[in-house]
Amino acid sequence: MVAFDLNGKRVSVNAEPETPLLWAIREHLQLTGTKYGCGAGLCGACTVHVDGKALKSCQTALSDADGKSVTTIEGLSPDASHPLQKAWVAEQVPQCGYCQSGQIMKAAELLRQNPNPSRDQIVTHMNGNICRCGTYTRIVAAIQRAAKEG
Amino acid sequence: MTIIERDPPQISRRTLLAATGGLSFAIAFGAKGLMLLPAAEAKAAGHDIGVWVRIRPDNAITIVTPAAEMGQGSMTGVPAALAEELDADWSAVTLEMAPAEPSVYGYGSGGSKSMGIYGSRAVMRYFDQMRIAGAQVRKVLLAGAAAKWRVDPKELTTEPSVIIHAASGRRMTYGEAAAITTIPATMPKIDKSELKKQSQFRIIGKSVPRRDIPEKVDGSAQYSIDVHLPGMVYASTMHAPVQLAEPVRWNDAKIRAIKGVIDVVKLEQGVAVVADTFEHVLAARDALKVEWSQNATAQGFDSVTALDTAYPAMAEGSNPETRTVGSKGNADAAFSGAAKVYKANFRSDYGHHAQMEPLNGVARFNQAGDRVEIWEGTQAPGRSRQKIAQALGLKTSQVIHHQHYLGGGFGRRSITDYSIEAAQVARVIKRPVKMIWTREEDLAFGMFRPQAFQCVEGALDSDGKIAGWRHCVVGDGGRLVYSGIKIDKYYDIPNQHIEQRGASHGIRLKHWRAVAHPFNLFAIEGLVDEMAAKEGLDPFAFRRQRMTMTSKAKRVFDTVEKMSDWRAKRPEGRALGLSVSERSGSLGAGVVEISLDRKSGKIRVHKVWVAVDGGTIVQPDMARANIESGIVYGLSSVLKERATIKDGAVEQSNFHDYEVLRMSEAPEEIHVTFLDRDTKPTGLGEIGNPFIAAAVANAFFALTGKRLYHMPFTPERVLAVLNA
Repeated sequence: MVAFDLNGKRVSVNAEPETPLLWAIREHLQLTGTKYGCGAGLCGACTVHVDGKALKSCQTALSDADGKSVTTIEGLSPDASHPLQKAWVAEQVPQCGYCQSGQIMKAAELLRQNPNPSRDQIVTHMNGNICRCGTYTRIVAAIQRAAKEG
Repeated sequence: MTIIERDPPQISRRTLLAATGGLSFAIAFGAKGLMLLPAAEAKAAGHDIGVWVRIRPDNAITIVTPAAEMGQGSMTGVPAALAEELDADWSAVTLEMAPAEPSVYGYGSGGSKSMGIYGSRAVMRYFDQMRIAGAQVRKVLLAGAAAKWRVDPKELTTEPSVIIHAASGRRMTYGEAAAITTIPATMPKIDKSELKKQSQFRIIGKSVPRRDIPEKVDGSAQYSIDVHLPGMVYASTMHAPVQLAEPVRWNDAKIRAIKGVIDVVKLEQGVAVVADTFEHVLAARDALKVEWSQNATAQGFDSVTALDTAYPAMAEGSNPETRTVGSKGNADAAFSGAAKVYKANFRSDYGHHAQMEPLNGVARFNQAGDRVEIWEGTQAPGRSRQKIAQALGLKTSQVIHHQHYLGGGFGRRSITDYSIEAAQVARVIKRPVKMIWTREEDLAFGMFRPQAFQCVEGALDSDGKIAGWRHCVVGDGGRLVYSGIKIDKYYDIPNQHIEQRGASHGIRLKHWRAVAHPFNLFAIEGLVDEMAAKEGLDPFAFRRQRMTMTSKAKRVFDTVEKMSDWRAKRPEGRALGLSVSERSGSLGAGVVEISLDRKSGKIRVHKVWVAVDGGTIVQPDMARANIESGIVYGLSSVLKERATIKDGAVEQSNFHDYEVLRMSEAPEEIHVTFLDRDTKPTGLGEIGNPFIAAAVANAFFALTGKRLYHMPFTPERVLAVLNA
């Protein structure tokens, strides 16, 4: 049994400690905004925050979340009001949308570390997150907008 | 394990049996307001049934949207055309996903009606039909208001969701009108003259926000991979490394002993492991050792050797599987009498869809075993129902279909082999099951864009004009390898012979975004650029002076020349390349600005300009997003993506060896201009893709004086060309 805070609520999961956090969140706890894309840490669709750090949950063991605070896209804001979520809508970023939870979580980490990132800093930070619909230019624009509009 | 039982997401089911246009309808009043019903149905069924529109007394309008939503925005764009002619207040419109009933919700006519969304044609196919449906509902409402006010309907006008009688100053909402309207037995006929003029549009041509986007920024959007059913278990299939080989035997006892394993199910082309959790499925799948049949067609196939030696030989020699795709004038005479002949060969590798959502489906049988429910994301819900029914020996009516958002489609998901497997497993284990193919399986058992070898020749007459054109493409898959090979939509060359020479390898192939257009246009526009350079002419000048272009082509070339400021000096180390683009009725011309790291061989595309004639642009921002997407998707395959097959097995397995474009490699700027045209909308989701290969290769020539003939232009290939 592993217990941790998920979006501010204490949860426990009865699964093997080596179970990827991804499957614990998606299937055991049924918070499905976090996505399975590659299972190998290559695409970033499964990005969540563990104690504030953006991690690929497919490469994070459930046991590594023990006692920690995990935030998923569902917990980023109570009502989709995070500046990034608003900017994502304003720039009409998502297409198929499947990678976007991971993109937003990764971007949220960036803005917390660096409220006013340059284009190069955005690209460097976001490069591990694949978007197959090719929304990259809009993601950059949305992060810049969120940085500006806060 | 923590189990939270909750109902599966319910997509409202309508079971209506007739379509708008031509058939008898009635409008019935129910708890939810106005419903359009076939007359007979309306008498019989006193419950909520409707075709496209439902209007509540509070003026809330529901419009059924028939288009699979895979990121292209059609879920919003298609009903927007209906709302336009209905003159609905878009802010009060709710969209509801249509059930998989092509006879009701399909485009086309008669028995060939389809809900298949492919070729980027959703708006193109549905546009007229949706406008007429909207106009019909509006006309019915106007008749109702006119009767109530005892005026001629011709005296009435509408503002969004409001009917107005200007002479008396009276107003009535659509909701009020729906509540008092006497319903005609048949929907009124709509003459084209009754449809709005372009200048009257309130929604078409004015970007409205996509309805799916809010759900896609807070994690609530439901893809089929997100479905949970009470008592649901998990499955994943291992298919043969050599495609289409069949399982003979496997380490069954060992797998069944693994924790959580519920069953191991033999499928036609694979073995599915079933377990209580997905992590247990993965553990069992990792331990699975299957002996496969050795008689698959793909056995021993080596794609690299085929492309290097067998395909060129097929292009030269006589080949029984030769298909003439296009022929005009006398190509042989044009070449034998030519002043000059130019010729080049081009190659392209297998391409994979690699949509972000690994293929999956959820299936549940009823207790009697004669009805199955499917939750999936499909580009063709009607066909999917049929195919699932066929595979299970059921009637289509015994398959209940729940459509979901697609985490990418790109042509892969108009065949639902993954959902068929989910249903087959669910039947055996008698429990609801979520079938997820791993990313590795998605790739290994992929359905690929075929590799191709192409030989293109141009004959110049004594005036230096292109008088003859020959193009031979060699590859597997018929249309999948020759789509987009004909040039008539942009160039008029009097003598042409275009053919495909077949090969057959037993590798699963499928439509890929823009099908074969990307590599065929690579060859066509690669040779045109080469001829221009060898004739000492600028690429624009060469096309204008030595070729006859269609008027559409002239316009897009003129526009992109201005947009890109073609003649302006570029920064050191940068160069431009040009190519035409064509797909699904749309025509475009694109320019890219590239640089090259000569040490690593990496090409970088910095800027892209593209001019597109797509007819009426129904939703400009969505249209632009589609083209941006096509460009990035195209560029990804042009610079990076490469699937190879060795001894019959796909060699790549995940994003580390099947690399796709990342943010650092994407263009910094993409500029899209639509030619403003009041003609029928044409497809836009794939027009961004076909020009990229030739534009990049032609820019590479402008930069280095050398030509790239084999896509993708991987750093290794680029270095080999530079050092040759």
